Amino acid sequence: MKNFKYLVFAFLMLVTESASAEQLSVLEETFFASGKIYVVVTVCMVILIGIFMYLFRTERKLKELEKEVYEKNKES
Amino acid sequence: MRQNWWKVLCILLLVYTLGMTFYIRLNPGIIAVSETTIQPGYNELTLVGFNTHFEQERESLQIFIRSDSSFICTDLIEVLENDKVTFGFITPSELPSPSIDIFCNNDKDGTLFLGNALFCEGITKGAILEDCEVVVKTDAQTGFGYPFQPRIFESIRNLMLHVPMWFTMFIILFISFVSSIRYLSNPKKEWDLRAETSVNVGLVFAFLGLITGSVWARFAWGAWWVNDPQLNGALVTTLIYIGYIVLRAGITDDQKQARVAAVFNIFAYVILFILLMILPRFSEGLHPGKGGNPGFNTYDLNSSLRAVFYPAVLGWILLGYWIYHLHLRMNRLRNKLYYDEEL
Repeated sequence: MKNFKYLVFAFLMLVTESASAEQLSVLEETFFASGKIYVVVTVCMVILIGIFMYLFRTERKLKELEKEVYEKNKES
Repeated sequence: MRQNWWKVLCILLLVYTLGMTFYIRLNPGIIAVSETTIQPGYNELTLVGFNTHFEQERESLQIFIRSDSSFICTDLIEVLENDKVTFGFITPSELPSPSIDIFCNNDKDGTLFLGNALFCEGITKGAILEDCEVVVKTDAQTGFGYPFQPRIFESIRNLMLHVPMWFTMFIILFISFVSSIRYLSNPKKEWDLRAETSVNVGLVFAFLGLITGSVWARFAWGAWWVNDPQLNGALVTTLIYIGYIVLRAGITDDQKQARVAAVFNIFAYVILFILLMILPRFSEGLHPGKGGNPGFNTYDLNSSLRAVFYPAVLGWILLGYWIYHLHLRMNRLRNKLYYDEEL
């Protein structure tokens, strides 16, 4: 289900891109405003979201490890 | 606290660089003119500046156009705003070159330049009489600002976000490279753990570098991906390191897995070095750093960029190392749990 959402998003991106090959697309109009500062904002967000997603993944792994340690202690 | 000084340094550096990335303003420049093709005869155009002071410096404002090396003076018609001015000039039917550059002078912004701004149709090649004296102002007080680059504009700030990702990846994968060499000379599980962990963390930064680069390319060059040796090299290295993970998963015998992975890893780093540092120097492409130091020369780092870029690189490398170190400790614990052996 999660992947499906990404697919829809990617598809919409492609549509907005190809529909207006000659004129500025909606995407370009937004990002070219104020001297392309929104490109910097997006890049900054991508990095922060990426790092946080990785932290969440790390936490999940750590939780698994904690569970394993707990079970092993119970056995012995 | 004493052994955590580098983490404090990392936080301070990142706070400083993220703040400065957005805080420092951009130096003035010319974004565009209203037309891109002109005819011989009288032309009236509007020039759009960025962070310029046309209205404030109305007295000293001058605009010239240049064909090859001959200058033509223009008359100011109206200063509309601080970043908008209309000017007019008569284009002779004979010009040394059909492509025309625009210069704009004033006391506060200095001399601004837009290369190949106009293309003149229907002219014959010939020399023109220069009737205008051009003063290039290099002593203008533009202050401490990021350099203005055509088509890039504000997104030059991405230098402090996109480039450190690759530096961090380089350093983290270098740890992996050294660990693999040490594993081959002294097969202890610790070295294998270090190599594996650093590849995992290095890949995160590689992905971040690829995505941020792709977003930047879309709005600076007009495409999510361009065929440039540096971009393709970066993609191939990322794939090679994904191959490393797949290779590890494919071998079940522990000793064999560690040994084969170590050999693969050493070659992977050598290929990374060739693809990202050596090949781009001998090729043409859009990405800056062609025919020189990848990432540096063409960007013309000025003092303000340097003051933020170098701390940014150091800060991100420290953060990468921090993340790597946490993962390493976690993996050591897991190893201890499974094999019940001291490292």
